[in-house]
Amino acid sequence: MTQRPERHRQIHLAAHFPGVNSTTVWSDPRSGSHIDFSSFEHLARTAERGLFDFFFLAEGLRPREHKGRIHDLDVVGRPESLTVLSALAAVTERLGLAGTVSATFNEPFELARRFAALDHLSGGRAAWNVVTTSDAFTGENFRRGGYLDRADRYTRAAEFLATARELWDSWTPQGRPRPFAHHGEHFRIEGEFTSPRSPQGHPVVIQAGDSSEGREFAASAADVIFTRHGTLEAGRAFYADVKGRLAAYGRHADELKIMPGVTWVLGDTAAEAQEKAAEIRREQVSPQNAILALEQVWGVDLSSYDPDGPLPAIDPEPASELAQGRVKITDPFAVAAKWRALSEAKGLSIRQTVIETTARQSFIGTPASVAEQMAEFVGADAADGFILVPHLTPGGLDDFVGKVVPLLQERGAYRTEYRGATLRSHLGLREPVWKG
Amino acid sequence: MTPPTGRGPLHLAAAIDLPEVHEAAPYAELALLAERGALDFVTLGDSFARPGPDALAVAAGIAPRTGRVGLVPTVTTTHTEPFHVQAAVATLDWVSRGRAGWLVDVSATEAEARLFGRRPAAPREELWREAGDVADAATRLWDSWEDDAEIRDVATGRFIDRDKLHHVDFEGSTFSVRGPSIVPRPPQGHPVRVVDATAPPARETAARHADVALVRAASALQADAARAELRGLAARSGRDPDALRVFAALVVDLGGGECAAEPGHGGGPLPTAQGPAYRGGPVDLAELIAGWHRAGAVDGFHLTPLEPRRDLERLVNGTVALLQHRGLFRTFYPGSTLREHLGLARPANRYAQLAGKPGSLVGEPS
Ligand SMILES: Cc1cc2nc3c(=O)[nH]c(=O)nc-3n(C[C@H](O)[C@H](O)[C@H](O)COP(=O)(O)O)c2cc1C
Repeated sequence: MTQRPERHRQIHLAAHFPGVNSTTVWSDPRSGSHIDFSSFEHLARTAERGLFDFFFLAEGLRPREHKGRIHDLDVVGRPESLTVLSALAAVTERLGLAGTVSATFNEPFELARRFAALDHLSGGRAAWNVVTTSDAFTGENFRRGGYLDRADRYTRAAEFLATARELWDSWTPQGRPRPFAHHGEHFRIEGEFTSPRSPQGHPVVIQAGDSSEGREFAASAADVIFTRHGTLEAGRAFYADVKGRLAAYGRHADELKIMPGVTWVLGDTAAEAQEKAAEIRREQVSPQNAILALEQVWGVDLSSYDPDGPLPAIDPEPASELAQGRVKITDPFAVAAKWRALSEAKGLSIRQTVIETTARQSFIGTPASVAEQMAEFVGADAADGFILVPHLTPGGLDDFVGKVVPLLQERGAYRTEYRGATLRSHLGLREPVWKG
Repeated sequence: MTPPTGRGPLHLAAAIDLPEVHEAAPYAELALLAERGALDFVTLGDSFARPGPDALAVAAGIAPRTGRVGLVPTVTTTHTEPFHVQAAVATLDWVSRGRAGWLVDVSATEAEARLFGRRPAAPREELWREAGDVADAATRLWDSWEDDAEIRDVATGRFIDRDKLHHVDFEGSTFSVRGPSIVPRPPQGHPVRVVDATAPPARETAARHADVALVRAASALQADAARAELRGLAARSGRDPDALRVFAALVVDLGGGECAAEPGHGGGPLPTAQGPAYRGGPVDLAELIAGWHRAGAVDGFHLTPLEPRRDLERLVNGTVALLQHRGLFRTFYPGSTLREHLGLARPANRYAQLAGKPGSLVGEPS
């Protein structure tokens, strides 16, 4: 094989533990526990064998409900992220450990402390995905309740992160605590932090959220963006938009890595991969799941519709509370219109339409062609790397690491060893300057 | 029915705190040492008020490096969300495969309140009542998933049986939680709750909610009185007092090596700022432990080594070895969960019971 380093820039890879979603094909006989620690250990060790930048855990603070009842079709339940990651620090050596934690239902002192602990325990491998949950449904589990307006989510998140950074910087480089005081709009706190500066200075900060406010927050303060823009065209537009926002904050384009969540299917031939991909989609979108996906857009009971029949002719209910605990669809009319047009043009049933329009696999093909597609994607400035979301727990990453990683390495598009010990070093990010 | 004195098997636990150490390896070494001595559990203290790592994170960090010993971090209830507390403790139970405990504590100072800026400091009585509410809500959330809720029924396409997940709708005086938890019921059903019941405001909460209560006593007689009081309070709150283990908490300084105990106190503990402290040799400490336990004054001991590395080594290789040699303490773990070490049953699920299934609530207040 010839080395074909198309670009200087190398691909960054991360592994998403497939949790609560319809991506996971739990009905597959190879599907194991999504709760036992051995599953987390298996996926993390596989990712580390593949020299990945980090391992990623999402968060949800209340089981989803549909029509007032707990949603029972997809995988439900997950252990608490920071505790799992602290345990994973003991069974991995280089892999970054990223946890999603809401800035709404936590307090800066406590969370800054927990992330500092993870960074110390892992020797500098911690990352925090700052999300901004604000729905009253989730709030019912917390003292705070669902008190925050959508518009205030990012002002709180930004102040939360700024406060955490003040705490992470509050010890002197000589290792002595100094008093801090933060008097802002959302937080008025003071005292002494309990942890010395951690190995990375500040854990790596990830942002996941797509609105203009979310992108601005990421441009101003995040090291990595986890995005859903997984097609080449959408990826390029998102990439250009976000990277363009950095200069206003005095930041260089390389200081923020853009990593879409992607899925993949491998086959020995292109045809076999396509066939497998179609089969996985049919398992992900069962007849019941198809009606449910439709109800999430339409916001009304559609249980009398035939999943193999045509889409409903009625209009969506815009302010529906039918589906609780999911990211809301902002413009259901537009989605419904798009789905209807597609269904009519191609003569698709409800289930076929949902299969076509939701979460298709991003990369399908032989290992060589998937490696090629990924390198192209990064070469075309559609991403700096990928967060891989397997459809099986816990072995869903095995084939990728065994078959695609070596090919990426042969192309010179991927690292062949970890150079440094910290997540920042994997991502090529500088340690933040101490602002004591 | 209830024996007036504790003549069950002896239980031993030790603190493995290392002030200012933030890496996992030194803690793991101590925990492994304790495990070599077949101790029931190790504790990790915590407070927002002093430098030191997050105890629960450290416990999780040493879980995969140990196999049997129970891991009991302090988690305070005053400023932390009850929903997060129960999820983190349940997760510690998952990652340690049934070895998690939770030392319930409160944050009482104004300085701690200012770190959060949400409410002023409150009297300890109030904080301990709230801690009781948090412990109560936590056990309800641990029960909010029945053990067999996950069905993976391919025929109907259902991953869970939604009738086996329950809203808890807990209303405490300072918070409410709707539930269910996001974490499935942990391996032990309820991770072990430990409460230091020395201070009067903590006593009622310990009697109602603790699986293990710690008392600081300077003599077997004092320990016996404290144990009797806790058992009485537990019975009055509707619990079986035999489901409550009472441990004497002692600071131990074994720095004198094989020397005899300090002259003047005959091997008994001395009063210090941290409570009763034993200073002397490992052999005399074994005498003290055996004597108090034989007298039925306590179910076990929680020992805080003054110098962790030195004293824990002497404790395990000296005191524990001697107790084992005399047949007073186990030489191996017959079970694998912390509840099994403590001889405590796995609690039945309260919601499963409501659904008319057999089983009783062991050690639970009504
Ligand atoms: C790729 C991606 C992953 C996300 N993961 C989570 C998550 O794990 N937990 C969560 O509460 N919210 C998650 N969110 C939701 C965001 O934090 C945010 O609340 C939501 O996207 C709405 O913000 P926006 O209007 O800026 O998009 C995710 C969002 C995106 C785009």
